[in-house]
Amino acid sequence: MFGYYIDLALRSLRRTPVLTGLMVLAIGLGIGASMTMLTVLHVMTEDPLPGRSAHLYYPHIDPLPLNFKTDAMGTNPNQNLTWPDAMALLHAHRAVRQAAMAGGSLLLWPQRTDLQPFYVDGRYTMHAFFAMFGVPFVAGSGWTAADDQAGAHVVVLTETLARKVFGTANAVGQNVRLGKVDFRVVGVTKDWAPKPLFYADASTNLYSDADQFFLPLSVVVNDKHQIDDLRLTGNVSGWSDFNGNMRDPSTTWIQFWVQLDTPAQVRTYEQFLIDYSAEQKALGRFQRPPTDAKLYTLMDWLRHENLVPDDVKLQMWLALGFLGVAMLNIVALLLAKFLRRSGEISVRRAMGARKRDIFVQFGIESALIGVAGGLLGLGIAQFGLWSVRQRPDDYAHLASMDPSMLAGTVALAIVASVLAGMLPAWRACRVPPALQLKTL
Amino acid sequence: MEIRPIVSTLRRHKLTATLLVLQVACTCAIVCNVAFMIANRVQRISMPSGLAEKELSVIHSTSIGKDSNPWAQHQADLVALHQIPGVESAVAVSFSLPLNQNESSYGTCASKQALDRAMQLMSLHSPGCIEPSVYDGSPGLIKTLGLQLIEGRDFHSDEYVVGQKNPPVAIISRALAQHLFPEQNALGRELYVGHRIIRVIGIVGTLLAPNLHGPGRNYDTMIWPQLPNGSSVTYVLRSAPQDRERILEAAKAALLKTNPSCIISTKSMQTYSQIRAQYFQRDTTMIGLLLASALGLLFVTALGITGLANFWVGQRARSIGIRRAIGATRADILRYFQTENFLIVTGGVVLGVILAIGLNLLLMKHYELPRLPLWYLPVGAIVLWLLGQLSVLAPALRASNVPPVVATRSV
Repeated sequence: MFGYYIDLALRSLRRTPVLTGLMVLAIGLGIGASMTMLTVLHVMTEDPLPGRSAHLYYPHIDPLPLNFKTDAMGTNPNQNLTWPDAMALLHAHRAVRQAAMAGGSLLLWPQRTDLQPFYVDGRYTMHAFFAMFGVPFVAGSGWTAADDQAGAHVVVLTETLARKVFGTANAVGQNVRLGKVDFRVVGVTKDWAPKPLFYADASTNLYSDADQFFLPLSVVVNDKHQIDDLRLTGNVSGWSDFNGNMRDPSTTWIQFWVQLDTPAQVRTYEQFLIDYSAEQKALGRFQRPPTDAKLYTLMDWLRHENLVPDDVKLQMWLALGFLGVAMLNIVALLLAKFLRRSGEISVRRAMGARKRDIFVQFGIESALIGVAGGLLGLGIAQFGLWSVRQRPDDYAHLASMDPSMLAGTVALAIVASVLAGMLPAWRACRVPPALQLKTL
Repeated sequence: MEIRPIVSTLRRHKLTATLLVLQVACTCAIVCNVAFMIANRVQRISMPSGLAEKELSVIHSTSIGKDSNPWAQHQADLVALHQIPGVESAVAVSFSLPLNQNESSYGTCASKQALDRAMQLMSLHSPGCIEPSVYDGSPGLIKTLGLQLIEGRDFHSDEYVVGQKNPPVAIISRALAQHLFPEQNALGRELYVGHRIIRVIGIVGTLLAPNLHGPGRNYDTMIWPQLPNGSSVTYVLRSAPQDRERILEAAKAALLKTNPSCIISTKSMQTYSQIRAQYFQRDTTMIGLLLASALGLLFVTALGITGLANFWVGQRARSIGIRRAIGATRADILRYFQTENFLIVTGGVVLGVILAIGLNLLLMKHYELPRLPLWYLPVGAIVLWLLGQLSVLAPALRASNVPPVVATRSV
């Protein structure tokens, strides 16, 4: 029967080629626009570190004075930690792994004469960074806890940077000059940049930036003048006059991540943050309630950072609205089309077809429109994504479909058109045969 | 024209008519709001900066050599830049220009009392205080940028300070003058900027901030007589519009010649038009998308109306023939379908106006959109009425051409 219904549907659609074409076009446009935006949203909200993200947490404490008002446009100093707080959390050793970090940009002086000095972006961090985030190494390894303590002049480069500077990925043991200091290369990582770069300060381009080097945070804090003017790429904001001292207790600039493996550890850590805030409040440093302290999971933190621009969300709603109107349109057209065939329906009913058969027949006809619309929509969505990729936006280069989104597009198109065909098909199968036959 | 027969026909196609009404309503609601968003964005991207935009080019240089006196280097650079044929004037600024997103701003109060109050509240959102964006630059800034000095005078050469020192005087924008000293003359008044006290010696007309902060704050700006004294510096060149690309290349060569240890990336060489386009690129994309979706929606709706009317004409061919046979003219049939369409679209528009207001409230809540001006609604309604009449015209004409003889034929 299925093949027969498809044949019937094709005949019926061929009878009204213009209308069929327009219906396919309408649903194709709606699906194409919706899937373009859903794909953009999908890649922007994806898990940056699948497998590890469930164990990574961002502690948040609230050292701001009670009367501090955050400017709606300005940055919130509360997003990051101050140096004293970061050190207190670090030295408490309450997590499986933990690392403080900040983004930076340094001038690299290549030894090769054919290469001009250039600025590279990287991260000032701690030894646990690599194990905690599972950074893959090509050669060598990260530095040790002792290096962190001593403020050793060691650096880890990415493969691309190592090749650019030394011509080989195996640069371990070589020296590279960053700012005004020579650093010894202890490791080379694969090119590694989670999308988004969840651990960085939200003021950077989280979808397109990548760290090219990693070096101990203690180095830049201990002898920042020796290195260069400490070039931070993230926000440095505070609530009293900043005098350039990075250890200032009222200036936030550090990101801090911890790894906690069991729910019990998570609960203990949450309590620890509250206890720490209470202690600081008792000492007179904090003014706000200790219960402001919070432990974000990685995905919660990304949601909290609100990385998806309002424009993108608005575009998605617009696309879905478009799809909705296109569907309404198709429901009305199919209804008129199916009911016009009341005579045909009645003949089939009189010859023994059940209501269910009529329903399936028309359902298949709508689904066919859906399949065609879905294929067209797929093409339109690919074009849409291509044009998104041409935009200079930070996230633009990520906009492409994975297999699940491809399948999702076709599925959405079929579901949409079958849904749209449901009401007309139901009305069609309720046509009273006797009445129609009489008028024939 | 008798409406009753039309209504009773529509009643027989209740479901289909309702669907069409719904579609028109949704289209009306979305298109009204989209049109409003487009208007907002267009207004935003056409915001004047106060600069002679078409004549400016900007080049950014970072020196990596050890330099104890960067200002001396900048002066040498400026001399070289002035010698490029076609350059009318050139100035050096630290980093800020309107719409270039590099901003420094200082809490500024109109009086000592206002400053004390703000300090106490730890917030600049207290009366008499504002956080304007601050520009600096070498002598000739106002002339080079093409700003309009509407009151007071330009800086004297002895008023300039090198680097981050406190300047004695400032020139402020008209908007800042009005916001700090409402209905008073700002000229000669003193500004309390943190611990500094700065006298206003001039007022310029329009001068936009490096970033847009929201209505009412975008033009709160001031200029300090500070000479750039850092390793990186931005030069602004004024020339004839068509010379700008050539002058940027020449400027790069000139700068590399005076200071071989400076870095000039191609990204840091831009005409001012490019800076503006870059700032608003998201808005221009958005305008394109909004426009496309509004037109798409209207198209799909027109399609629905035409398609449905076509069906109805086919379905009613016989009754049309009968009507013709008993005396209805072609015009009567034409008008019948037009009136029917008018009724449906009117239903849609009435519902659509309510939906449009609801949608606007939703957008206001979630996307900080302003309130939809009410005149958008009648305009939207008229557009949809016209669209409806236009899309029903072809099927209605076809209906009016149905010959009376159809009535005598069996189906």
